[in-house]
Amino acid sequence: MRPLTEEETRIFFEKLVKYIGENIKILIDRPDGPYCFRLNKERVFYVSEEIMKKAGNVARENLVSLGTCMGKFTKSKKFRLHVTALDYLAPYAQGKMWLKPSAEQQFLYGHNVMKSGLGRISESVDRYQGVILYSMNDLPLGFGTAAKSTSDCRHSDPGTIVCFHQSDIGEYIRSEDTLT
Amino acid sequence: MGRKTNWAEKPKTGPGRKARKQPPPAFERDGKKGGELREKRERKRLSNTVRPAENERGGVRRPPQKRFQSSTQNEDRGGATTRPLRKRFPDKNVGEEDVAKKPRKVGAAPKEEEEDEDESFGNNDEPMTLESRLRKLSDMKPTGKGDGTSGSPTRNNRKEKPARFKKQTVYKSDSEEDEEKEEESTAKLDSTFAMSDDDDDEEEDLLPFEKESVETEKETAMDMEMSEAELKSQMEDSEKFQFPDADEIEGADMQQVNDRIRDVISTLLNFKDKREEGRTRSEYTDLLLHDLCKYYGYNEYLMERFMAVFTLGELVDLLDANENPRPLTIRTNTLKTRRREVAQALISRGVNLDPVGKWSKVGLVIYSSQVPIGATPEYLAGHYMIQGAASFLPVMALAPQENERVLDMCAAPGGKSTHLAALMKNTGVLFANEFNKDRAKSLIGNFHRMGVKNSVICSYDGRKFHEVMKGFDRVLLDAPCSGTGVVSKDPAVKAQKDAKDIQRNSTKQKDLILTAIDCLDAGSKTGGYLVYSTCSVLPDENEAVVNYALSKRNVKLVPTGLDFGTPGFANFQGKRFHPTLNLTRRFYPHSHNMDGFFVAKLKKFSNSIPVNVQEVDEEEESEKAGQAEEIAEKLTKKRNRKQNKA
Repeated sequence: MRPLTEEETRIFFEKLVKYIGENIKILIDRPDGPYCFRLNKERVFYVSEEIMKKAGNVARENLVSLGTCMGKFTKSKKFRLHVTALDYLAPYAQGKMWLKPSAEQQFLYGHNVMKSGLGRISESVDRYQGVILYSMNDLPLGFGTAAKSTSDCRHSDPGTIVCFHQSDIGEYIRSEDTLT
Repeated sequence: MGRKTNWAEKPKTGPGRKARKQPPPAFERDGKKGGELREKRERKRLSNTVRPAENERGGVRRPPQKRFQSSTQNEDRGGATTRPLRKRFPDKNVGEEDVAKKPRKVGAAPKEEEEDEDESFGNNDEPMTLESRLRKLSDMKPTGKGDGTSGSPTRNNRKEKPARFKKQTVYKSDSEEDEEKEEESTAKLDSTFAMSDDDDDEEEDLLPFEKESVETEKETAMDMEMSEAELKSQMEDSEKFQFPDADEIEGADMQQVNDRIRDVISTLLNFKDKREEGRTRSEYTDLLLHDLCKYYGYNEYLMERFMAVFTLGELVDLLDANENPRPLTIRTNTLKTRRREVAQALISRGVNLDPVGKWSKVGLVIYSSQVPIGATPEYLAGHYMIQGAASFLPVMALAPQENERVLDMCAAPGGKSTHLAALMKNTGVLFANEFNKDRAKSLIGNFHRMGVKNSVICSYDGRKFHEVMKGFDRVLLDAPCSGTGVVSKDPAVKAQKDAKDIQRNSTKQKDLILTAIDCLDAGSKTGGYLVYSTCSVLPDENEAVVNYALSKRNVKLVPTGLDFGTPGFANFQGKRFHPTLNLTRRFYPHSHNMDGFFVAKLKKFSNSIPVNVQEVDEEEESEKAGQAEEIAEKLTKKRNRKQNKA
């Protein structure tokens, strides 16, 4: 377990900014004590410093997880967000999409979102911006990348893809073993 | 203002109109004559209905069932035997009109009469002597007749199936026996008073159809007496259970084995009267053991242990309960939502559910569901966790506070750990340890799904955890065990677990509990508590382990804070445990409708490790034997260490 290097921090934050933009500050300066990002086995964990210090007792190979896992660095040093980060992404999200109940199930099985399944979309979502997907009763379902901007969405066919699937809470069941 | 009505509740004058569904109470024979038989029956009834009283307070709700039959039967039972005999004579304050009306009504509609009588005479509960009863009965003859008619349908039933009784009168349900007795007595009375003047006068007044009914009554009374006598002789024949010979024991089919189990149990419960001459108790128990193993598919060792733990009445209940799955229960994740919201969301998906019981504010029982409960969007969003009701108990007993340092030593798959985190409201630190790395992965998923953020998940051998970290405020040790309490989940346990497995588990558990105690901090302001739990019902894995911990470390047992459950054993099979072991709690499938479980709560009161006096003595003895210097050195070292620690 070690802090992120400068390079890693840059890659990681670049990714995070796509989803929560300026709100990234809120994650770092928190009113309830200092929080930090820690790297263990290529995974990035977001955890309060108090807990992080106590976890220092645990040997690296025995440490499985601490706090919240945000994602992992791939072998080619790109960063992949995991669905486990959803708890921190959802409240600060900038782009949001709401799915109709019929499309909910589709998305939870790992499919992209069609225009026909789109219930609502927040204003000013750019193309290829990260969006958080909600069900119509505001349950965060996962996140993805907008395939079209808000204005393009209005004029597209029902069959066109409006959001590329990246991660969804169905993974808790589908791929429990590879979650982190 | 203008109200003059008296709103105060009037005291009830008797059972309500609908409270009574059985024929009027029986006239018991004089105590001496029927005494023995009655006692026997009562004992049997007791043994049949033995259920811990906690059943009503704790445990999981059973799904609503249609119980027409059983409930009426029960009432029959209770009514005929336990209800005090009511005066069957009009009180002075009851108008004479009532009395005059009676005879008419009886012939026409005996059922109605019963109910009426109930209302008007219900307030007299004082017991009467037989003589006075008889005297009064001579005035009240028609009531006796009413008995006859109301009894007739049951008698007809009986006529149809005497074959069953021929074989096993032992099984005859108590209600039937009572009825029988009742009818007998009423029949006698009928014949005694048949010639009374009252009756004759009445008969002249009767309408034709009433006369008819009176006649049929008489006929049925005759029939009854005959069948009565027949039954009696049959009963005497098959009262005793015949001990089978070796061929019969092996060759019996399942139904026979089941019948035999019941016979042997009833014999063992009343061994003095029912045993066959020359047979010992152990012969009967051996037969029972063999039959139970065959019928339920357990291995002999396990069944032997079960027979030692449970009384005979409980044993069959338990084994039956082990054959059926326990109800599916879920726990609301209070970190993300509330129980009512979860319930609403699930009901809208077509799930039929109910709160689990008064003892838990987060549990729900699922009776039926149109969608898979483990794959709804609510489940994926971490609003609830599928978890047995018994798994709530150790966490509730531990009752972690906010901002504490808590350890769960054997955490996977994380049901109890996430419950701990929810009670801590995501503050403090929760260490979740799981030795098996594959199983630890399920911890990651569940912790993140449920939104637990104060956790550290690690994978150590629990027996060495004190080397990693100490000074916890609370520790939960849900030890790996044989799983004899969750046979309904994993039937493989029945055949596989033998003495060696239990022994191994027990050793492992003893190591774990010592480590868990070492990890605790006795000086903690809020805590210093350890909860030890297993899903086993065997004392070797429960009481014996806790007893071992009590002798090896400075800990004491404290009440678990669970208001139901059976107290643990303070002694078992001649082994005498620490007397405070009755503060531990046991939970059983048959009495609480949850998995078999054991929960003990310990408090650590000193961080020093007591040196066993015996060991020192032994060392001193060997000192005398020769190696004086060496051991003296050892001892001084030990003492020094002790002093330093203190």
